[in-house]
Amino acid sequence: MNAITPRNAPENAYNFAYLDEATKRMIRRAILKAIAIPGHQIPFGAREMPLPYGWGTGGIQVTAAILGPRDVLKVIDQGADDTTNAVSIRRFFARVANVQTTTRTGEATIIQTRHRIPERPLTEGQVMVFQVPMPEPLFRLEPRLAETRRLHALGDYSLAQVKLYEDIAKQGESGSSYNHPVMVGGRYLMSPSPIPGFDNPKLHNSPALMLFGAGREKKIYAVPPYTTVESLDFEDHPFRPVRAPQRCSACGSATSYLDEIIADDKGGRIFVCSDTDHCAETQGL
Amino acid sequence: MYVAVKGGDAAISAAHAWLGQRRRGDEALPELSADQIDEQLGLAVDRVMAEGSCHDRGLAALAIKQARGDLIEAAFLLRAYRNTLSRFAACEPIDTGAMRVQRRISATYKDLPGGQVLGPTFDYTHRLLDFALAAEGVPPPEPEEAEAAEGTMPRVTELLAREGLMARDMPGGDEAPPDLTREPLPFPTPRPLRLQSLARGDEGFLLGLGYSTQRGYGNAHPFVAELRMGEVEVFLAPSELGFAISIGDIAVTECQMVNQFAGSAQNPPQFTRGYGLAMGHGERRAMSMALVDRALMSKEMGEEATAPAQDAEFVLLHADNVEATGFVEHLKLPHHVDFQSELEKLRSIRARWQADREAAPVQEAAE
Amino acid sequence: MKPAFNDPVFGAQETFRALMDAMARPGRLQRCDTLPDLPEALAPAAAAALLALADAETPVWTDATGEAREWIAFHTGAPLVAEAGKAQFLLATGAMPRLSTLDPGTDETPQDSATLILQLEALNEDAGWRLTGPGIEHEHRLAASGLPENFAAQWAANRKGFPCGVDLVLCAGARLAALPRTTLIEEAR
Repeated sequence: MNAITPRNAPENAYNFAYLDEATKRMIRRAILKAIAIPGHQIPFGAREMPLPYGWGTGGIQVTAAILGPRDVLKVIDQGADDTTNAVSIRRFFARVANVQTTTRTGEATIIQTRHRIPERPLTEGQVMVFQVPMPEPLFRLEPRLAETRRLHALGDYSLAQVKLYEDIAKQGESGSSYNHPVMVGGRYLMSPSPIPGFDNPKLHNSPALMLFGAGREKKIYAVPPYTTVESLDFEDHPFRPVRAPQRCSACGSATSYLDEIIADDKGGRIFVCSDTDHCAETQGL
Repeated sequence: MYVAVKGGDAAISAAHAWLGQRRRGDEALPELSADQIDEQLGLAVDRVMAEGSCHDRGLAALAIKQARGDLIEAAFLLRAYRNTLSRFAACEPIDTGAMRVQRRISATYKDLPGGQVLGPTFDYTHRLLDFALAAEGVPPPEPEEAEAAEGTMPRVTELLAREGLMARDMPGGDEAPPDLTREPLPFPTPRPLRLQSLARGDEGFLLGLGYSTQRGYGNAHPFVAELRMGEVEVFLAPSELGFAISIGDIAVTECQMVNQFAGSAQNPPQFTRGYGLAMGHGERRAMSMALVDRALMSKEMGEEATAPAQDAEFVLLHADNVEATGFVEHLKLPHHVDFQSELEKLRSIRARWQADREAAPVQEAAE
Repeated sequence: MKPAFNDPVFGAQETFRALMDAMARPGRLQRCDTLPDLPEALAPAAAAALLALADAETPVWTDATGEAREWIAFHTGAPLVAEAGKAQFLLATGAMPRLSTLDPGTDETPQDSATLILQLEALNEDAGWRLTGPGIEHEHRLAASGLPENFAAQWAANRKGFPCGVDLVLCAGARLAALPRTTLIEEAR
């Protein structure tokens, strides 16, 4: 019966992938509806996880609900596999689900990410899971959830458009450099999570399924494969993805998104790829 | 050539080992046991149970030990553990009227049936550091045994309700109450969910909000009709049994706060109540909760709602310290990708600003 | 009583992934053979889909009777409702309930809409309808036999209500495909 929770995971105090089966079912139901209504935020009964809110509990719950023994998991934070939080989350799943992990984008079936989309084009066999801090794209303009829910129902995004217009009038361009809102399927305004604007175009018509989990705010949403995702902009001020204009000092890439690193206290700076796997691959490592 | 920083794995392991050592402290001193924490830091255990939403003294004490005394961290540990437990059933509502009272006071009547029972309280202690406590092994003096109160202790609010002076709370139907830990909070939020949320809210946040209602942010004129603390029996009625069985006792603190209500077209002027309930001994929590509960009723009462404590979305979405601490503290996670895009954005905006200034120097000089 | 998933954890996970892939790529057939031994009236994919998603928290409607109905009630633990409009999940082994009678959700909560699992005679993905919409790069083909004659009109009305609307899981034997409310169906020319 469904109610029985087998404890057959390697860490046998907990179920496979930590969550109990009833919780997984609840999350899975939310995921299916999220896919059916692209860009719409689905409230879900997010649980406390053994990692703190803000550390990726939404992404972790989504990954735990979809993960199976045949998956290969990649976890990145700021584009890198070796940042402490990425290491910690990868360890968590290796421990509670005994799942195979990788740092190679091409090998992964599930990629959980905080703040980046890999440089290497995604494929149909892959699912991206985004960790989302604030799922509501309008929250800085209208903090009340009851009100933003109404605005989404009406498809009334004039608040966001006015804000963008004011930014452009005042400073010549949009004020948001990351977490720049997108229109999904021409209907819902959506937070792409705090990815740099540079990554926004990668959401558009991607072959991969994109799932978004916000644990503290208790929302799940999705962008199905091959779905239109347009960064909010105006015709005469089209959205412009930005990267530092330098080359990567490690692999020489002039197209990847770069981290700026302070080299000394005399203003010396170097630039390296934020996507560590992409950088290694380019270097032939 | 630049070589990327590596070694996150090793750094995490080393940091955790260091943390373990810090937790233990000087090994020349005896290790603190969870039992000692339960017995001697009992109010910390009570707070962790309340904010951890789990009545288990032993686990709460263990969490405090593991968290090095950080009570929010301990509540988080307890919640994460609680979350993995299967739900077998829901218990019957506890009957605080049948409480085996250890403390019971009313501020609204000098005396009342059942009497005033002071109990183990800090009230009327003089807050002078007791240096005798620094010396160990001195047993505290035995309290004088008082006669146990006879019979039940009727609730003060019930006495008022009989006279029609107090609005009665609507009894719940047969439907199982909603569960905050299973479903996300809806807005507007029904009172059972508001109370659940407040019952495990951060004590400091509740205290500050409750305090604000007394200082004019919200129209409160509160009286403590009653504050009681003691043990209540928990009953469970398994459907296959058809009757309720006792599964044990828990200690709770309950506060009923009386507030005046001006009346409306439908309802006569009368008292209304704010309700607070805390697991264990938590008077500050129960009283603060009762103040905030009443403030949150303002909309339903047709009162003007302008103060922070009357704003359900604001109060309920920011009361949870496990959520709050996570989101505040997550700011220390790396954000350099976002920051990089901010840098590029700022450089671009500054360049445009500079260009605009240089393009229009004449106008500026003319001003 | 016939059994549920051999392995409750991995059977449910495998079934869900088939459903997720199906919903993400409308019309693409997925294989789902996690329930080899079932009451006669139930087919593997349809029964697995319901078992993977329904539980005590989700009202279920089904036209299945006898052993099949008991199997559903016992293994999902879901409350069975008589009125199709009150169900969150529906499993139709015979005639399809009219889509307009099912819960489409509301503009603010379109996720509360029903999911209808249909047990059909056959599904084929290299002929039939031309499907377009989210999840589909150019077009997917799908042929489903056993649907009511006016299905196209019912579906068009359902799709028009977006963001409200019912989502379908079409099943035949151990194969399933999904039609989320966003999918545009054009009859084969």
